[in-house]
Amino acid sequence: MNQPLKPNSFRAGPDEEGRFGKFGGRFVAETLMPLILDLQEQWNKAKSDDAFKAELEALNTHYTGRPSPLYFAERLTSELGGAKIYFKRDELNHTGSHKINNCLGQILLAKRMGKTRIIAETGAGQHGVAAATVAARFDLPCVVYMGATDVERQAPNVFRMKLLGAEVKPVTSGQGTLKDAMNEALRDWVTNVESTYYLIGTAAGPHPYPEMVRDFQSVIGREAREQIMEREGRLPDLLVAAVGGGSNAIGLFHPFLDDEDVGIVGVEAGGKGLDTDEHCASLTAGSPGVLHGNRTYLLQDADGQIEDGHSISAGLDYPGIGPEHSWLKDSGRVDYVPITDREALDAFKLLTKLEGIIPALEPAHALAEVIKRAPAMDKDQIIVMNLCGRGDKDVFTAAKALGVEL
Amino acid sequence: MTKRMEQRFADLKSEGRPALVTYFMGGDPDYSTSLGIMKALPRAGADVIELGMPFSDPMADGPAIQMAGRRALKGGQTLARTLDLAKDFRKEDQTTPIVMMGYYNPIYVYGVDRFLSDALEAGIDGLIVVDLPPEMDEELCLPALAKGINFIRLATPTTDDKRLPTVLKNTSGFVYYVSMTGITGSALPDPSRVAGAVERIKGHTNLPVCVGFGVKTAEHARLIGAAADGVVVGTAIVNQIANTLDSEGRATADTVESVATMVQGLASGARAARLDAAE
Repeated sequence: MNQPLKPNSFRAGPDEEGRFGKFGGRFVAETLMPLILDLQEQWNKAKSDDAFKAELEALNTHYTGRPSPLYFAERLTSELGGAKIYFKRDELNHTGSHKINNCLGQILLAKRMGKTRIIAETGAGQHGVAAATVAARFDLPCVVYMGATDVERQAPNVFRMKLLGAEVKPVTSGQGTLKDAMNEALRDWVTNVESTYYLIGTAAGPHPYPEMVRDFQSVIGREAREQIMEREGRLPDLLVAAVGGGSNAIGLFHPFLDDEDVGIVGVEAGGKGLDTDEHCASLTAGSPGVLHGNRTYLLQDADGQIEDGHSISAGLDYPGIGPEHSWLKDSGRVDYVPITDREALDAFKLLTKLEGIIPALEPAHALAEVIKRAPAMDKDQIIVMNLCGRGDKDVFTAAKALGVEL
Repeated sequence: MTKRMEQRFADLKSEGRPALVTYFMGGDPDYSTSLGIMKALPRAGADVIELGMPFSDPMADGPAIQMAGRRALKGGQTLARTLDLAKDFRKEDQTTPIVMMGYYNPIYVYGVDRFLSDALEAGIDGLIVVDLPPEMDEELCLPALAKGINFIRLATPTTDDKRLPTVLKNTSGFVYYVSMTGITGSALPDPSRVAGAVERIKGHTNLPVCVGFGVKTAEHARLIGAAADGVVVGTAIVNQIANTLDSEGRATADTVESVATMVQGLASGARAARLDAAE
């Protein structure tokens, strides 16, 4: 009886207050509220403005290289001996991941709002690179906050951001990872609220960010839907994507949420295992709380203090999750499961060998779940997985974990 | 509402001087030192106490208060223990208003109803919750007001005349004017601009307006106090505590005393404010 009633549509949220069920909302300091309300107004105008849509679409096509291919992974499929596996290849995008989809949309909005300075937070550095890229393209100064730990383990991306003209500010508070970078970005924003646009990288934060980022990322799912219909003449049986903050996953999932026959799985960072303290499975092992502007599932202690997550993948070790995922979990529409560092590494190696694609460690988590599920499925069933980032940035981390010295 | 807050501001008005509102972090660096500091504050001239609730992710605070929160958490502070601080304080002081200040998540996890009951019992008079704007009033503000606990809202330079009525609607106790956009511990803004802002807010409310962010010295307290009903000092006090700690971050024999000395100075500054204005 505790299960919420099944909604008429899983795609209707959020409401005007930015709520997905009890999740979401606008939990921010008063200094930011007028700006958040202005952002919402501008976003409402932009999303129904044909000129805005046309500009974004042209950039998606000619700058990013969309649509990204839907690739049938023939050797992996035959190796696993079950369902047909397709990859939505957002790792082929300009800048190497899905992050650019969101950054282009938001920078156009920042321009419309007359903002003169961009700030962003980054974990793995993929969002930082994408933000620095669009800032360069649109000639706006950009400051990227990045946890000091991440600065160290993602050195190639730090260099990229600097080349692109961004200032990378290492954050030493906390454990020096994504959550701390987000705190610091919020502090910058609250200080420079008049001039500055905060380009949030994932489908989290105060309303309207979760909705806005989802809508920019939904291009992934819309394309995938068309492409699979073209290739197979029907919808897939299963969608799989990695969830850190959850933007690539919601981008793939959202256009399919009301297709009852499509199973959907989000894959969280299981780190060294859920029986240890070193994981980042907010949905599987966390509880609802309020952080960074929204109510959502969080890793926290009994006193409501946020705990640091762990994952081999810097893009997944955020102790929260976009609020829409929290709602999709509680409503039962999407299953969320953990994958460990070890399983992700094995998947990373397997894909590289079988398909000649080096995935980022984030989608390697999704792939590990595909590897678990595909063999038990029929050969005529279809899995679509979001291959949301390429692994070049992770080569050093993977080498270290595999005991190879470079 | 609990009566202490209203009474205190009424008394100050008849004395013709602004309130000195002092912030410290509950449990920094340990429970008993923190209780010692809390008890010393009114004796040193503080009129209202802001009792900080430590949170792991203080998004609106500068480095000083971040560090204070970390020290408190490391010392085992929890929301329950912060309520205990107030309860212990009330054993000897039944008149100084206490406002708990912090972020929403620990309260949400504690349970809103349970928290409000326990806060009332502990002698809490008001709450300042940084990440609960008026749009989120149903979360804690309205339940708190229903229980008789003041909900004190922050107004900022970005709170324009159009938005002020929204911000003031369910505010009680006093209005906390954050004198700049920014995090705690920033530099002092131009006092004349502060005076203009206070006047603007007073055009919308009869509540006392207290001003904070950037007040560090007796001279600052005098300047800001001349224009407002109260002066809030936080980071300077928290820094004073930090400066007396040993290399391991533990309290020393000087900790409580040096905070008391500093607050005495701030109090004399605040008291001088209206004498200036009267001349």
